[in-house]
Amino acid sequence: MTDMQQKASASTVPETGLNVPKRRRRPHPALVIVAGGILVVALTYVLPPFRNYQLATMGAYFCVTAGLTVLTGLNGQLSLGHGALMATGAYTLALTQNRWVNLPLSFAVAVLVTTAAGAVIGLAAARLRGPYLAGLTLAVAIVVPSVTSTFDETFNSDQGLSVILNPPPETIPMERWQAWLCWGAALVVVLLLALLIRGRFGRDLRAVRDDETAAKLAGINIARTQVLAFVVSAVCAGVAGALFAVLAQSVSPGAFPLTLSLFLVMAIVIGGLGSLFGALWGAVLLVLLPTLAQSVGEQTGSQQLEGNLALVVFGVVLVVVMLAAPGGLASIPSRISRLIRRNR
Amino acid sequence: MDRFIYLTFDGLSRGLVYAAFALALVLIWRAARIVNFAQGSMAVAAVYVAYSVTNATGSYWLGFVVALLAGLLLGVLVERVVMRFVDHSSPLNGVVVALGLVLVLQGTLGIVYGNEYQPVETPFSRDAFEVGGIAMLSRYDLFVFAAVGTVVVVLTLLFTRTAVGLRMRAAAFAPDVSRLLGVSVGGMLTLGWALAAAVGSLAGMLVVPTELGVHPTAMDVVFVSAFTAAVVGGLDSPIGAVVGGLVVGLLLSYVSGYIDVTVAPMAILALLVLVLLGKPGGLFSSSKARVA
Repeated sequence: MTDMQQKASASTVPETGLNVPKRRRRPHPALVIVAGGILVVALTYVLPPFRNYQLATMGAYFCVTAGLTVLTGLNGQLSLGHGALMATGAYTLALTQNRWVNLPLSFAVAVLVTTAAGAVIGLAAARLRGPYLAGLTLAVAIVVPSVTSTFDETFNSDQGLSVILNPPPETIPMERWQAWLCWGAALVVVLLLALLIRGRFGRDLRAVRDDETAAKLAGINIARTQVLAFVVSAVCAGVAGALFAVLAQSVSPGAFPLTLSLFLVMAIVIGGLGSLFGALWGAVLLVLLPTLAQSVGEQTGSQQLEGNLALVVFGVVLVVVMLAAPGGLASIPSRISRLIRRNR
Repeated sequence: MDRFIYLTFDGLSRGLVYAAFALALVLIWRAARIVNFAQGSMAVAAVYVAYSVTNATGSYWLGFVVALLAGLLLGVLVERVVMRFVDHSSPLNGVVVALGLVLVLQGTLGIVYGNEYQPVETPFSRDAFEVGGIAMLSRYDLFVFAAVGTVVVVLTLLFTRTAVGLRMRAAAFAPDVSRLLGVSVGGMLTLGWALAAAVGSLAGMLVVPTELGVHPTAMDVVFVSAFTAAVVGGLDSPIGAVVGGLVVGLLLSYVSGYIDVTVAPMAILALLVLVLLGKPGGLFSSSKARVA
């Protein structure tokens, strides 16, 4: 929350050319992460198994929303293709895991493959702006699941693959182990992101977003910065996808529909574009709102309400936030617009 | 060779539907500088309305007319209630709001009609005529040609021959001057959205029966194809949209016919990437003067 207030106060300061927000001394990201880790471990001992599973899902979502908020919020590239990148990570993990049954190895391969996928899309994306980029990534989100039908011998089309896992040590219940795994990965990813955007790279990202010409004059390689941002974000999505594969112990194209990508955009918009804490709130909402909608659906006894109410709620929230507070939750959209106007 | 002829006609028929849908995208882009990502869902909503009407009355044509009217109304609603209030300083805002609309529409349709594919009947047979032993066109294809052809002619006449069309073009290209000259710029914008949504609904009515049937996400792939068509033609050019639609339709038809149906989406993605990287303005982009 302090992050948002800080941004709001920064935007009310009259433009001085040097729009430097007043910085309060913040704790080092590593401290926050360690505190978060302790909190999560404590929670896993308190919560019942199903809640632990939900907690684990939050961790997986946190990975991808954190990466997406860095890309969209800090670098101004809107990607609707992160659901597809998650699918890439998930399928890679499933295929590797089913061959060698070695989880660390599978994660490493998933990271490698999504790095490559992110580099390919990022290379194209770096040359595109605004609606063109959105359209291209939308196409990726819709086309990638259909790949599973094209190469059905490898991917087993709509049925998908099941994932072989070595069971965790007997003293640890499955759900608790999953929560540890997901949050361990999420916290590592977020720590790396936080360190990355604190330093020179983060400054480059923002500079490119705010004014490409000025960034170029300052010696920043624009295309490289944008591609790197996309790759970093894609790796986060890949890790999240791999975690989802471990969570569900199966992968199928139905788990990565277009609506997943739209949900991710909603999560980062509502939490405040560009803020890692915002990404956390987004991830929490992504798990809680559908659960809430489902319980409402169960109470009214309407099956059609169950899955769809969450869509409506998310959509309404997205529209209302964008209309009522365009740049209110974070002052970034207006800066993106300046970037794009100058770029045309 | 027989197969080639058949696939060509099939591709033209599909292509015209994509052309109509791409035209809807171009209409809104020209009027408001927004790519309407909710176009597919809006079209599906109109098709569902037609489905209900047809089921209740037994008349396809009544449903057809109601779908177009529902499209008009939905376009007006979306523009007046939502899009008018979007902060247009960033193109991302319009995109994100449209995506929100996609979620709302898909969810609402799912709640009302359920998430199963429901088959929709065609008004004409889809069996192809044979000319000299070669299967060429079906009655339904002819219907598609006629419908899309009518739309293109009517839109062309509207924009080039009528006072309203002139006002719409003026309002889009020089809003401030038009306002000084007494053009209701806001009204023209609403009219543009309404027209585009109606054209989108028509495309939906034409394409849904040829696929699995009507479903809240039935138009997602069609949207991507039509977006590709619009980009191939240049988002600014109506003629480009028609040509782009035909290109996309033929590509899809040949790829599905000669390679495999499941490869078709990848062919679309490849075409989109090629055009975006090679000639992002599209093959027919003309307006250099107006920026954003």
